[in-house]
Amino acid sequence: MPAVKSNRPVNLSMGQVLDVNLKSPVAIASILHRLSGVIVFLLVPVLLWLLDKSLSSPEGFAQVQAIFGGFIVRFIVWVFVAGLLFHFIMGIKHLLADLGFAEELQSGRIAATIALILAAISVVASFVWIVL
Amino acid sequence: MKSATGLTGSGSRDWYIQRVSAVVLAVYTVVVLGWILCNVGFNYEQWFGFMMTLPMKILSLLAVLSLVAHAWIGMWQVFTDYVTTRQMGPSASGLRIVLTSAVIIAVIAYAIWAIQIFWAN
Repeated sequence: MPAVKSNRPVNLSMGQVLDVNLKSPVAIASILHRLSGVIVFLLVPVLLWLLDKSLSSPEGFAQVQAIFGGFIVRFIVWVFVAGLLFHFIMGIKHLLADLGFAEELQSGRIAATIALILAAISVVASFVWIVL
Repeated sequence: MKSATGLTGSGSRDWYIQRVSAVVLAVYTVVVLGWILCNVGFNYEQWFGFMMTLPMKILSLLAVLSLVAHAWIGMWQVFTDYVTTRQMGPSASGLRIVLTSAVIIAVIAYAIWAIQIFWAN
């Protein structure tokens, strides 16, 4: 329990939370940075399996090529790659802010907007490349 | 030590490791994705010849060790923000330690698997 009793509202309704945050590119970038990190973490075993199989032998490599013919594996790999690219771009923005770039309110909003646009392009481009 | 389940028990050290590991993982992402993009349609010999060179084996090991730290710290942050007593009631503490422990075991298993892939043969 906090030492000082505070009357701040801490349990805002999801509607209020979304109402405020969906207007902010900074908030959207932040929550999707987290979400993409969780997704990448969860899909690492799939990629490790593909890596393991593809490096094990020419036969294993051919097996990986064969399952890439199927939609499901390509889709899962795309989710991983899209999540990774999203997380990568937001991470660069974060590291730049740590170095003192675009950490003010207005510059932060601009940086978040640019990062979201670049991330959206990466997500679509990787879909075209991997799934289609 | 304020937290038994964070990676280092120090906020500033976790902060620092999160950034160093991010840079290693970013470099690894650029190198591997870059190679794949430059060698579309590659065969087994090319793939094995690239990934199993000593520099790539070392970079891969660095990347997976970075992943252990990065995912541990990142997932710990997510759980300590959302799986809280304030939001979920008294069951949150128990659930959080189960989730955090699962993440720690998972990332160590990832590392062992990656070491087996790159260094066992």
